[in-house]
Formats: sequence, C-alpha cells, structure tokens
Amino acid sequence: METKSFQKIYYRLSNITKATCSLKAPGVGYEEMAFIQGRAAQVVKIIGDEVTLQVFSGTEGLSTDSEVIFTGESPRMAIGDHLEGRFFNSFGKPIDGYPIIEGTLREVGGPSVNPVRRVQPSQLITTGIAGIDMNNTLVSGQKIPFFADPDQPYNQVLSMIALRAKVDKIILGGMGLTWDDYLFFKNSFEHGYGKSKIIGFINTLEDSPVERLLIPDMALSTAEYFAYEKNEKVLVLLTDMTLYSDALSIVSNRMDQIPSKDSMPGSLYSDLARLYEKAVQFPDGGNITILAVTTLSGGDITHAIPDNTGYITEGQLFLRRATEISKVIVDPFRSLSRLKQLVIGKSTRTDHPQVMNAAIRLYADAANARTKLENGFELTDYDKRVLKFAEDYSGKILAIDVNLEIDQMLDQTWQLFQAHMSKDEVDIKQEFVDIYWKN
Amino acid sequence: MNNNLYTCTGEITAIIANMVIVKANGPIRQNEICFYSHNDKDIMGEVIRTDGNYAYTQVFESTRGFKVGMKTNFTGNMLEVYLGPGLLTKNFDGLQNDLDKMEGVFLERGARTYPLDVDKKWTFKPVAQPGDQVLAGDWLGEVDELGFPHKIMVPFKLEGTFRVVEIARANDYCINDTIATLSNEAGENIKVTMVQTWPVRVPVKSYLEKLRPSKLFETGIRVIDTQNPILEGGTGFIPGPFGSGKTVLQHALARQAAAEIVIIAACGERANEVVEIFTEFPELDDPRTGKNLMERTCIVANTSNMPVAAREASVYTAMTIAEYYRAMGLRTLLLADSTSRWAQALREMSNRLEELPGPDAYPMDLSAIISNYYSRAGQTVHRNGSKGSVTFIGTVSPAGGNLLEPVTEATKKVARCFFALSQDRADSKRYPAIDPIDSYSKYLEYPEFTEYSKEHIGENWLEDIEFNRDALIQGREVYEQINILGDDGVPVDYHVTFWKSEMIDFVILQQDAYDEIDSNTSIPRQKYMLEKVNDILRTRFVLGDFEEVRNFFKKIIYILKQMNYSEFQSDKFIGFENELQKVINEKVKD
Repeated sequence: METKSFQKIYYRLSNITKATCSLKAPGVGYEEMAFIQGRAAQVVKIIGDEVTLQVFSGTEGLSTDSEVIFTGESPRMAIGDHLEGRFFNSFGKPIDGYPIIEGTLREVGGPSVNPVRRVQPSQLITTGIAGIDMNNTLVSGQKIPFFADPDQPYNQVLSMIALRAKVDKIILGGMGLTWDDYLFFKNSFEHGYGKSKIIGFINTLEDSPVERLLIPDMALSTAEYFAYEKNEKVLVLLTDMTLYSDALSIVSNRMDQIPSKDSMPGSLYSDLARLYEKAVQFPDGGNITILAVTTLSGGDITHAIPDNTGYITEGQLFLRRATEISKVIVDPFRSLSRLKQLVIGKSTRTDHPQVMNAAIRLYADAANARTKLENGFELTDYDKRVLKFAEDYSGKILAIDVNLEIDQMLDQTWQLFQAHMSKDEVDIKQEFVDIYWKN
Repeated sequence: MNNNLYTCTGEITAIIANMVIVKANGPIRQNEICFYSHNDKDIMGEVIRTDGNYAYTQVFESTRGFKVGMKTNFTGNMLEVYLGPGLLTKNFDGLQNDLDKMEGVFLERGARTYPLDVDKKWTFKPVAQPGDQVLAGDWLGEVDELGFPHKIMVPFKLEGTFRVVEIARANDYCINDTIATLSNEAGENIKVTMVQTWPVRVPVKSYLEKLRPSKLFETGIRVIDTQNPILEGGTGFIPGPFGSGKTVLQHALARQAAAEIVIIAACGERANEVVEIFTEFPELDDPRTGKNLMERTCIVANTSNMPVAAREASVYTAMTIAEYYRAMGLRTLLLADSTSRWAQALREMSNRLEELPGPDAYPMDLSAIISNYYSRAGQTVHRNGSKGSVTFIGTVSPAGGNLLEPVTEATKKVARCFFALSQDRADSKRYPAIDPIDSYSKYLEYPEFTEYSKEHIGENWLEDIEFNRDALIQGREVYEQINILGDDGVPVDYHVTFWKSEMIDFVILQQDAYDEIDSNTSIPRQKYMLEKVNDILRTRFVLGDFEEVRNFFKKIIYILKQMNYSEFQSDKFIGFENELQKVINEKVKD
C-alpha cells in the first residue's frame, strides 16, 4: 500500500487481541479501512479517540510499535469490465498469476434496493438438472442454498450448474475453499467456456478465517455493477456460507458480544439477510441470482446457520445419494424452490406442474414400497411397478450428470409413465393425457 | 427541518455499529429523535438511554463514515408518524418515508420523503358545529378516501376540552389547510388541519373504553373460522418453521379477511414477498366490496436488508396507523410478519448497550415489550358511540422450529389465538398447515362469543365444533394404534374412525389457497359443510374390510372436495351433493 501525504500514520498500538487491536487515533471514520504493517484492517469501534480495528489476516506477530495507516475511506475496490476472467483474494489482489489492474474505485457493501423498485422475478434459469429445472425450478433474482453435508459433492454440482446456466456472468465467492477446490473451479470454468464469463473472489483454508468476511461483499458489489450498470444476468455462487458465519462468530466473540443460539452472534439473521437480499431483479432487465452452499453438521437443519438461512432464502436444495442407481440426485422431497410457481406452466409447458407432481407422488410410493421390502412384507404388483418407475426416473432423469432441456425431461417422464403405469395411476388432467399419452 | 426546532445539540463521542454515544449540551429526553450531520445529510437516530450528559442513541441508518466530534441536533420529539387522508395504497418504510417518492433504485442514506400528498385536494364535509364541545379523537368532519369516510379528528395530542369556534364549509381542501379552529379553556385558539402527528411508541387512547371481543372476525379460512376463531379486536399469532406456509397464510388473510382497512407490517422479511404484494394486490378485488384490494391496504415495509433500528420502529409505525383508522370507527386488521425479526432487532440493541442478557441473549423485558404491543389491539367505543377495532395477527419465526424459545413463549402469554403451523402437515402438503389440535382459540370460552354465535351463526354452532374436534382427536388416537398393530391387527371400526377424521382433514381443514372458490369460504357455507360432515360422522356404515373402508371414504372425500370447489348452492354443487347422498345410502346401516 502506497502512502499518500494526507493519510494519517500512527505507531502506537495500545491493545492487541487475536483478531483486533486498538490505538489512539482521532478523526477516524467508522468502517474506515486501515493498514497495520501492510495488513488490511477495518474500524469496528470508536470510543473517544480510542479506535478498535479488526485485522483481517490476524494479529500474529504484530508489535505495539507497528505502523498504522488510515486510508480515510470505507472499503473500496476497483470494479469494472477488466475483472472478467480473473481470480482475486479477499483483498482484491490477483491470485491467478496475472498482473494487478487499476480501475475506478467503488464502494463495497453499498445501500439496499428500494423494495418498490424491485420487479417480481419471472425469468426461468435452466440448469439441465431435472431435480432443479423440473422439480425445483430456479428463477432469476432468486436466492437459494444447497444444504449439504460436508462429504457431498456440492462444489461439483455448483460448478456444473454454473457451466450450464444461461447467464451473462458468473461470480464465484469462495470462502474457506481448499486450494484443490479453487483449482477445480478455475479449471472447469476456463475449460467450460473460456475465461470472459467468470470472476472469482477466493479465500482458501490457508488464509485467515476473518478474511472471509470480505468475500461476499466483493462478489456481490461486483455482481451489482454488472447487473445494474450493464443490465446483465449475473449468477453469484457463494460457498461455503457456514464457514462465513463461523468467521462472524469469531469476530463477535473477540468483541465480547454475548452469543445467542449455537454460539452465533445475535445479529446473524441480519448479517446473512444483508447479503442474500442482494439477489434482485432490476427494472431495466439486469438481475442477480444467488446460489449458495450451507454445509450442515450431521444433517441438522435446526442449527442457527441453516435455520436463519432458511428463513431468508427462497427455498433450499438437498443433495442425496440415490442408492438404487448409485448416483447423486437433488432430493425431490426435501428440496423446495419458493419461486417456481412464478414460472412453471407459464414459461414452461403447461403440463409441467402436473407431470412434476405425479412423478414425485409415484416416487414417494416407491419409497414406501422399498420400506415394505426392507421390512420383509410382500410387494403388490403396483409396488413392483413403481419401484421400476423410480429406478428409471432417478437414473434417466434425476441423476445430476444427465443434461436435458425441460421439454425433454417432461417428454421422457411421460414415456416412463406409459412404460410402467396406467393412466388412472398417474392421475393427470385428461386434457394433458390426451396430448402426451401416446397410444 | 427548521433549526429553531432543535432543543439542544451535541457531539458524537463513540460509535459501535449502529449505536452512537452523543455528549449533549442540554436536557435530553428518553426516546427523542436526533439528527447527525454527516456530509451535508441529516441521518436520523433515537435516544435509547441517557447517562449524565451522554445520550446513547440508535441510528436508523448505516453509520459508515461517522466520526467522533460530528454535530448532532436533538429535536425534543419522539418518533412520530403523520396521520391524515392518503395513507391508504401507500408503501412506507419503517420510519414512514414514502418509498415510491424516493428517487433511484437504491435507498440512499439520509433520504427522507413526506408520507402524505401535500397538493392533493380532498372533498371535506363538516360533521361538528361551531359551539360543540370536543375532546381529542372527536370527529370534526370527513373526507372521502377511496370510498372510506376518513374522519378528520381533533388531534390526539390535544389535552382537555375544546370548543369549536369555526369549521370549514364543505369544499375541497389540501391536508395542510385549516379546517377548524378550536378554543381551549383558557380561550386560546388552535387551528386544526387534516393532518396530525403522534408518537408511535405511545398507544392512542382517545376512546371511551375497550370492549371484550364478541364478534367473529371472518377470514374465510375454515381451520381458523370454524376450528379456532379469532374475534374482532382480538389477537392471534402464527408460529412456524420456515417452509410451513406462514407467508401464504398471511397473504390469504390480507386478501380476504372481513376488515375495512388492512395494515401490513413487513418487518425484517424477504423483499420479494413484499414485491409479491405490490404486484398482486393491485390486480385483485376485495371479495366483499368489489373494490381494488390495494385501496384498503397500507404497507409498512422494512425488509430484512433495511436498517435494523428502523425495523424495530416499523411495527410501531404500523400499529399507530391502525389505531388511527380504528378511531374513525373502522374495522382494521394489522398483520405483522415477523415479530421475531422485531425481537431480534431489540436483541441487537440490548447487546450493544451491554445490558445483562435474558434467555437466548434477548433483553430481559422482551416479554413485557411484546405484551404491551399486543395490548394495543382491541375493539373500542368512542364518545360519539361509534365502534372501531384493531385485530392483530403476528407471525413468529421460532429458531429451529422450536416453540420453547423466548419470542414464542412471550407471545403465547398475551395472544388469545394460537395458530400452530406444523412441519409434518406442510411436508405432506396438507395446507394450510395449521395443526387443528395444537392450535387454540381462547375466544371459544368467551360467553360473549357463545351468545354471538347462537344469534348469528347457529344455535348449535359451538357444540358442532366440539363434536367435530373430538372426532378428529379420536381419529388421531386410532391412527397410532393402526400404525403399531398393522392394518389387519385392529378392528374395522378403527379404520372407520380414522377415515372419518381424514374426511374432516381433507374437507374442512385443508383449503386450496390458489383456488378462487375454495380459498375463501363464507360463514354460512362453513356451517353448511360442518353440518354435512358431522352428519356423516354420526352415520353408521356397513363396511367389510379396511380396504373397503378406505375406498369408500376416498370416494366420499373426493365428492366433498368437488363441492368445496363449486360455487355454493350452484347446480354443480347440488349435483355433487346428490351424488354424495347416493354413495352414502348404499352403505348406511339401517
């Protein structure tokens, strides 16, 4: 960081904790950025002329006579078209080996959208994955997380969706990624469609956990630039929001705040909502869609992080291993997209809602039949047929490695209905049966 | 804002997130509003604690860039709202800024807009006469606000008795024109316009007395009206885990409840849900009056990404507007989604004030704050004999779906109706997912309601409900037995009992919120269907085995549902009814 003449410089820290330090520095603004021996820090508390700074990369090795430079500005970064195809760390420094770039500095973490200026989301986002497109359809401007156990391939699914989604820009906010996962994302994106569509802000597990707090704001401010200024369709991927929340709790703990449920800060709901609510459909056509990952511990969705997330987001997606085909699918029972009603049967074919419900109902019957089988009961003819149907349905349609257009998904589901079930058992409105049930 | 209005000034001495400490040079009033001068903009805040000359204030916007030494002006007034014609159809934020008047797509810091339209003309008709003795809340005249007789009242703030000196004649006026001159006991003249202000945290008390609720407040939702009724001026709350249909239920209430005025406080919830109201309400009509739904609605929207302190204020802003319309003798419904977000805002502030925490780090007085708030609802009688009401229904978002958390427990103590949303019902798509047994309405025990129901609904209404409810409970009990012993392990009667309760579930409790007819059921229709279902409950059938029981009741349920989907007493409805009778007659035991 270059020093400039008007910047204030201090050399006397009065107090150092694991994540913060304090010093006497009059005239400093709240949330102003500072550098302590080159480490980025932000003002989190001012009492009189005593200022407390949160040091993002940690305070290890700081001495009380460290040089502290205040920038006089709230967090800013150079946002512009030049970001395209690049990967950065939490401080906006390139990590892809290419040179640093200059650009117009813009504020990070700016104001919220006026709710009356928002437009109701109505554009379908297709991913090629039937568990999403057919059963839990995504709409641009939506925010939805994957609730996944740490051993599930959520990052692979996320990158697959990103590769298939028809959007203008993909912004990856990686928090606590392993270096391997970072390279996986980078390679698969660059391989997938060249570099221009993707921008990454990456904090890996090698970095300090507190640095993660900067990632979502950078990703979302960049998304706002492309969606609002350029009217682009932007998809933001945030993984893993559980590690982000953990970082929040570390800071609040260091600030001596009283923890609420599960040792999380009392403001967790507001902190998460501030980020997720950046998902928006702007009146001029641009939009921001957020796909996030919240890892669970032992599948517990009552923990404060998934619980608060569920109240904020517009649905949630669960992954599940379908044992009958040994493949991962998007769980048709527990997953929910709250906004799907806005598009299914409207932007998609009119038989979509009925086909979706009928297939899920049969899939549920198959689950019951399987329980019966496991408990040693005899299976009826219907049971045997729904089991067959379920196997084909998950293998040929739901499996996440199958890539289909929505019309194909619907057509193939009709074929499965015909192959295994009778018209009565499918129970779909006569008008659709007349069209799609081929004799 | 005029500088002369400031009572004193001060300088900021400390900043901790949205709490700012200000050293003042004069007397400070608890809960008074102050303005910090930041980059030529006035940012609004509120005093929440005082210590000597130091005022602890909560800032209603972001404190980014605030510095020690910044000038602060104290107004001496508490947070107030403007009350006058033109509130309906408006979309406000928690501090009553008119969101539609704000420029740009983003909410800029320090931007404030006047909540009412200053230039709009209203056709005024005087009600009071010169010489009348009047008190605060008495009606001086009225204007037509989208078909409602919007009363222009003696401002709530005026204390004592006044004499009407002069009253404007019938004509068109703007809200700031003088429409009456009053004189107080000392003979001083006071000019009254069509707009007045009132501090939101203080209940409006310009009524003679509050009545015990007695009249059914129709919602058109069967599991509420029939099983757990809420009364006019009553209170209720809806706790439920995420995904259990809270919002769909609230929107259904806002659409079809028998209220003249609906105030919606979107407090700390998803912005897209408010957008849904903005988008859909202008296209829907009030089923009772045929007028556009938006014309009876006022929305206070402080969504989850808007400042936390303003979120806390938003519920009070909404309540004060509801009380204002109540004072005009109107039936008002206030919906707040969600009161948990409001409680969380209180918790964040209590934490910054370093108060000793209560359970789950909420402030110790949480329960008292919630009780005081709910108590502002009620049916009131005014000096001119008119009656108005505020019926309040709040949602609660319990952490982890656990109903033993502080906000739910505190609310349970004060709200008289409890509409428990159940995850199990939501998972099996039984909507609305209100659990009929866990839910309750204390109003069923009110003798006032017993009397009302006998006179207005039916002589045996309460007995019918009880009979129905017992059948539901019996069904649940045998269901457990069937699950343990297996279909073949219990007598066929058990299956009959179970399927009778399923019939209640499918026909009375479940309701299709997206179907035009089924979503909204009138009381006569609810009574008709309840009696129909109860008749079947009392009937004894001859049925061979459990498969036959299931098939028989599935058929009955199917036909009854078709009745629910048909226009009441239409040919189609009667056709299904005849078909039902035929199916029943085949299996009736003589």
